[in-house]
Amino acid sequence: MNDLSASSQITYRAVPVRPAVARRIRGLSDQALAWLFITPTIVLLLAINIFPLVWTIYLSFTNYRANRANAPTIWLGTDWYQSILTDPDIWAAMQVTAHFVIWTVLIETVLGFGLALLIDKKFRGHGMWTTIILLPMMLSPAVVGNFWTFLYQPQIGLFNYVVAFFTGRDASSFQMLGDVTLSPWAIVIVDAWMWTPYVMLICLAGLRSIPDYIYEAAEVDRASNWRQFWSITLPMALPFIMLAVLFRGIENFKMFDMVNLLTGGGPGSTTEVASITLKRAAFESWRTGYSSAFAIILFVTVFGLANIYVKALNRVKSR
Amino acid sequence: MKLTVKALLTSFGVLASALSAGVGTAPAHAQAKTITLCWAAWDPANALVELSKDFTAKTGIGMKFEFVPWTNYADRFLNELNSHGSLCDLIIGDSQWIGGAAENGQYVKLNDFFKKEGISMDDYMPATVVGYSEWPKNTPNYWALPAMGDAVGWTYRKDWFARPEIQKDFKAKYGRDLAAPKTLDELRDISKFFQGREIDGKKVYGASIYTERGSEGITMGVSNYLYDYGFQYQDPKKPYAMDGFVNSPGAVKGLEAYKELYKCCTPPGASNSYMSEGLDAFKSGQVALQMNFFAFFPGLYKDPNVGGDKIGFFSNPAGPATQATQLGGQGISVVSYSKNQGEALQYIKWFSGGDVQKKWWALGGYACAKSVLNDPSFPSSAPFAGEFLKSMGMVVDFWAEPSYAQLLQAEQKRVHDYVVADKGTAQEALDGLVKDWKAIFKEEGKKF
Repeated sequence: MNDLSASSQITYRAVPVRPAVARRIRGLSDQALAWLFITPTIVLLLAINIFPLVWTIYLSFTNYRANRANAPTIWLGTDWYQSILTDPDIWAAMQVTAHFVIWTVLIETVLGFGLALLIDKKFRGHGMWTTIILLPMMLSPAVVGNFWTFLYQPQIGLFNYVVAFFTGRDASSFQMLGDVTLSPWAIVIVDAWMWTPYVMLICLAGLRSIPDYIYEAAEVDRASNWRQFWSITLPMALPFIMLAVLFRGIENFKMFDMVNLLTGGGPGSTTEVASITLKRAAFESWRTGYSSAFAIILFVTVFGLANIYVKALNRVKSR
Repeated sequence: MKLTVKALLTSFGVLASALSAGVGTAPAHAQAKTITLCWAAWDPANALVELSKDFTAKTGIGMKFEFVPWTNYADRFLNELNSHGSLCDLIIGDSQWIGGAAENGQYVKLNDFFKKEGISMDDYMPATVVGYSEWPKNTPNYWALPAMGDAVGWTYRKDWFARPEIQKDFKAKYGRDLAAPKTLDELRDISKFFQGREIDGKKVYGASIYTERGSEGITMGVSNYLYDYGFQYQDPKKPYAMDGFVNSPGAVKGLEAYKELYKCCTPPGASNSYMSEGLDAFKSGQVALQMNFFAFFPGLYKDPNVGGDKIGFFSNPAGPATQATQLGGQGISVVSYSKNQGEALQYIKWFSGGDVQKKWWALGGYACAKSVLNDPSFPSSAPFAGEFLKSMGMVVDFWAEPSYAQLLQAEQKRVHDYVVADKGTAQEALDGLVKDWKAIFKEEGKKF
């Protein structure tokens, strides 16, 4: 038997005339089988995503309170939306959120990309350094919130001690979490510390996806390192950087746990991000209708901004 | 591979034998039923666990406990009640919850049960009955048995106060002897005196007070000043009329005085302090004075570092208008969604017994029964007992309306914004509070 005949035999065995899968299950067409498989997913999606969304939209037009389920529900129209959109406290919370999102995303992107550039270079012990850098994002936000509260403690906190060491100020002369000016930055620092590694990972994936031959061609053309960075590295990693910005932006717009643990929204309302205001309205005041309207406004805001951003991202990718 | 499988089977066999042996050695007098009691995680809860062993021994009903730290206590249990959960058969709920829990059908009304079992509210201190049991207030509609009397009080470092050099310095500066303060002005002076002072080579501070933002902390703290300066929740003659009562000139001064104390005399980083932060500050020897609930005082008295002869206790000092203090404490209620209401009611009946109330106090709980508190030996039964009794005679409570959480949030925000975040004036803060409270009551359909 020569090679050719052997391969013909294999080909013949590999392509048997198999009956359609549906025929094995008596009475079911391919389409019915497909529905059978996707129905659980659709039911779950409807039950835990679509129905709550539709129900929340309905509740946002009523005076419903979850703690008084037996009280009559009155249709209020757009009253809650008007009241929320004209409430200065809500706008203050949105400003706090915007400050938090913009600064954290900016710092995390710059530092994350910088770290990715460093880690991308093969050097001795780079695996160990990568692991060390990734540690903060592996911790629970509850743990991070608690131990940063200690780090920021004016009398015994390491953060104040380090600042005092370098500036000569008395460590207990300033408080990161209790000061109106410093507390918004205190939460930005903690978030940046925790999530910069995440941005670094995404950027690193982007950098590793750039083929070496492009750099080799650039070197043949005697392009400087700087030129290579601006013309090859940054444009080719940009879709990844933008993806990281999108992920962190959406996450931080919803930020609750860490801020709640660090400052509880204080001092006063200085760090009261939108999700803390929402939680207080929904689960402390039990103003379910009002908080539903606020949740819808936040959802539309995030969804709208994310859509615009994704379009920009697609444009960058298609270049 | 064979070895591994064999080892696995052997382990399984050993485990199965151990389990069956465990089952075999289970107590023959297995408990008929177990009920769950929900409360905050703090010292008195441990005393209640100890006390409840007697209930199990007497009735055979087992007790399970669900204790949640104070910062999450309201969130956790109000969610449980609002979602009609049956986790708790009995709940020791905060005094302010009673309006909502009664109107929303979350607590079992106890009038018939009390009548049937011969439990009389006349046997309990009046302030605790009004505060922990009645809704509407001052009507004979009972939703809880007063369980844990409590109020805000103060502790001080008696050993520091007794040092001759400190006494001398104080007298030279203020022209009077250093002693537990009788007025809020004296309290401020003492706090200022200790702020930044070096004692035993360590820098110490004046006072630890409540400033917490997230739950109820700053409200529970500032109230002690507001009441003393003339603040009232409403016109006594016209319910829900708050103008000139919440934001009266006296109340404004009281709020300013609290801010002054926060700014001048608290340790650095005390911008979000509540019960546990106060305890930490006092136990670590940072502060001369501490504002905290009486419930913690038995534990503090036993503390090896700052307890015993080193600690003194006093009730909230008088202000220019009156002497009052913030009510703490809770009543014990049967949750209407409980499937073990019979057993839960048995617990309440047992808990109301005179001997049980005495043992409750002895273990570190604050009984509300007159048989304990009016006993002539009570004031001398503990170093803080007399001050507790005095405080319970001058307590004022926050709103106990069904919308209490919203009312509380509004005060938390307005007061914290002014005291800690330096936003606006005291007058603006209290005017804003009246505006917020009016809006909440309007939404509730109240007429004023």
